[in-house]
Amino acid sequence: MIVAVLSGKGGTGKTLVSVNLASISEESTYIDCDVEEPNGHLFFKPKAVVSEDVLVKYPEVDNALCNGCRKCVDFCKFNAIAYIKDKLLIFKEICHSCGGCMIVCPKNALREEDRKIGEIKRGLSGQINVNIGILNPGEASGVPIINGLLKDVKNYRGNIFIDCPPGSACTVMESIKDADYCLLVAEPTLFGVHNLEMVFNLVNLFKKPHGVLINKWINDDNPVTEFCKEKGIMILEKIPFDNNLGKINSNGKIAVKEGNYYKKIFSSILEKLYEEVQDERTINP
Amino acid sequence: MKILIPVEKKSIDGEVCKSFGRAPFFLVYDTETKASSFIKNNAADSRGGAGIKAAQLVVDNKVDGLITPRCGQNAADVINAANIKIYKTINNSIKDNIEEFLENKLEILGDIHPGFHEYGGK
Ligand code: SF4
Ligand code: SF4
Repeated sequence: MIVAVLSGKGGTGKTLVSVNLASISEESTYIDCDVEEPNGHLFFKPKAVVSEDVLVKYPEVDNALCNGCRKCVDFCKFNAIAYIKDKLLIFKEICHSCGGCMIVCPKNALREEDRKIGEIKRGLSGQINVNIGILNPGEASGVPIINGLLKDVKNYRGNIFIDCPPGSACTVMESIKDADYCLLVAEPTLFGVHNLEMVFNLVNLFKKPHGVLINKWINDDNPVTEFCKEKGIMILEKIPFDNNLGKINSNGKIAVKEGNYYKKIFSSILEKLYEEVQDERTINP
Repeated sequence: MKILIPVEKKSIDGEVCKSFGRAPFFLVYDTETKASSFIKNNAADSRGGAGIKAAQLVVDNKVDGLITPRCGQNAADVINAANIKIYKTINNSIKDNIEEFLENKLEILGDIHPGFHEYGGK
């Protein structure tokens, strides 16, 4: 099964959950799509890492051919091109590689070039396949990296856990595209509800089966539980508030390897995920 | 000399707009004739790169200076490429800024910010 782990903002325990679920599965693949701040590798410390560059296309101009008609400037809806003092100015970081400017140019003055925007690293951590996407700072869009990470997602081994970027931008939509189930991680605070609502609206839009995982749970008298009741969202499990878990996590350790207590919590989440995905498959085969 | 200022409304008594790329209008002021005209900023509702498109508009209007509270890196690149100076506003009154400019008191905008990347909201 393919499970996407989401949250409205970073630091709610998205990586903690993905890493531990992958670790407790018998066979699994972990995919870090949080390409602006990937941190799953800090836990897995993968070995035998193979890197591949992620390249995107952008236009380069031949000023000798360009007649200054500005068709390319007007066409680019990302405003990546300006025409100043008889010269074309191209902002590569803003270009979204749609290729349109090259088609509209009547003088064939634009040619396609490649440039590197980041990397994908793949390695092994014990039995776990670890895949990490890294976007270079200053780049506008991590979508090409996520596409590269998820291109063969259906052929990956075992349970697949996708650690999504925070928020609900296009990179998140790309990350959940092939997911069988979306696990929404939230903290039981008012702020947590706001963040949860963002991702809840997104998974609803894509009609993805989903459930909530409350991290740092203290009791059921909290705004997130209330929100879930009101919207009819299933609360899959709660991870009780626990200083020790925070410590294990900030030391880059994997909780399920640190004692039976954590093993039990994450095994229970995994069991429930199996049930949910199974149910969904029976209802929507 | 012609100068351009991002503004909220089509009125010289109005206020400077805090954003350059997303300002609804630009005021073009001619320091010799004292004539002012307003142009609509068609970059304001762009999905991304509003600063670049707005900067293109500045350049196309052949002004000699831009007076603005702030300006992104990409927009500044476009404007600098056209040798147009960027001045920093002193407050949000259009008239005050024009006066200061005429007395040569406005400073060059130094703190160009690296851009917010307004793509679908991160
Ligand atoms: S390829 Fe598309 S996004 Fe890039 S500069 Fe050309 S028109 Fe703009
Ligand atoms: S469309 Fe081609 S010829 Fe026209 S301005 Fe762009 S590069 Fe130059």
